[in-house]
Amino acid sequence: MQEEVNIMKVWDALQHVKDPEIDSVSVVDLGMVEAIDVNNQEVTIQMLPTFMGCPALDIIKKNVENEISSLKLFEKVKVEFIYQPPWTSDRITAQGRIHLQEFGIAPPPTLDDSGEWHVDCPYCGSTYTTLDNIFGPTACRSILYCKGCKNPFEAMKPVSTMM
Amino acid sequence: MNIATIEEAKRDASYYKALTALLYQLADDDFIIAYRGSEWLGLAPHIEEDVAFSSINQDTMGHAAMYYQLLEDLGEGDMDALAHGRKATDRVNAVLLEIVNGSGTYLTEPKYDWAYTVVRHYFYTQAKKIKVEALKNSSYEPLKHVAVKVNMELYYHLLHWRTWFRQLCTANGEAKTRMKAAIDRVMEDFDGVLLMGPTGDQITQHQLIDSEEDIRRRFIDELTSVFENVGLTFSNNMGMKSGNGRKGEHTKDLDDALLTLSEVYNSNPAAVW
Repeated sequence: MQEEVNIMKVWDALQHVKDPEIDSVSVVDLGMVEAIDVNNQEVTIQMLPTFMGCPALDIIKKNVENEISSLKLFEKVKVEFIYQPPWTSDRITAQGRIHLQEFGIAPPPTLDDSGEWHVDCPYCGSTYTTLDNIFGPTACRSILYCKGCKNPFEAMKPVSTMM
Repeated sequence: MNIATIEEAKRDASYYKALTALLYQLADDDFIIAYRGSEWLGLAPHIEEDVAFSSINQDTMGHAAMYYQLLEDLGEGDMDALAHGRKATDRVNAVLLEIVNGSGTYLTEPKYDWAYTVVRHYFYTQAKKIKVEALKNSSYEPLKHVAVKVNMELYYHLLHWRTWFRQLCTANGEAKTRMKAAIDRVMEDFDGVLLMGPTGDQITQHQLIDSEEDIRRRFIDELTSVFENVGLTFSNNMGMKSGNGRKGEHTKDLDDALLTLSEVYNSNPAAVW
């Protein structure tokens, strides 16, 4: 019983760990947290890396360790990155999608059968946008341009095991 | 066959040898090509390409890191040491991937050849895609999981290089001439990329990846159709002019690259970065 309460507290605390570059979105909202296991005085948090070469992974790991240690519920906090299941962009929660948009980043588009992207501008909502560069300033983002409000913007890249 | 754990993989000496041989090839290939790619930073043809190429190199270095991690898990040593500390003769990357981008260095008069880079990266990425698809059915489960992850990112890399390849091959004038010359140069050493080396037979026997012949055939089929599409003919004439990297044969280019890229690591191998 106490264990379940503690696990819930860990989930809540993880909401405070944000993406180091997008401070409106938590690692939970990004779908990076796969499992939380408590074993006696030890908690293990299994996380899924978004992109493998992402330099933020070490920072995220450290931030998770600090956040959970500060709860003072466990003697040991372990953070593991695992690859199975693979992280895909559809793991981002509904709340995460809203927060990304608030930050000015369009949430990952869903792909239709033709593989085409449909991304609305996060600033004005226009659908009149073009893809400038599939690759962006970080591995997980792309650069787009809105012909409605004439702003460049970024979108989270769609990644799926169907690719 | 399914080997789910490190202990199981270690139980059979022949399996262990084949598995680690394959992992070293995959890791060393990605490691050195990512380095060559990173030397283009600030020099790519336009700003969007600089952004894209950097992302691709970062991803590719991430893939190498995952393979080195699998080797570390298997008891081959610390992954940073595997990446930075090994001598050229211990490396099994294909020689093609270590060759310099052109004359000069990125600090002084870099006369790098974009056509060569496009062809080398496109061909390599295409071969890697075929290998990674096959690795999704590998008998070693941890490798299977890594392959799924790599494959998702590779989708974008392949799209990127194929686009460059098609556009430059179908452009008129200098572009086409230079692409043809680059294709010839890359083909001279491309055999080394497809080769699975001295342990190739065991690698296939243990169902770690499809056979070298299967992968070669798929590569040739794919390129034949892409070449047709751009009005060129793919001549299946691959060699290993500069040496067989899978046997530890390398050029001076690799020594120079290792010296540069490991400079910081070697300044204090015990440091935590």
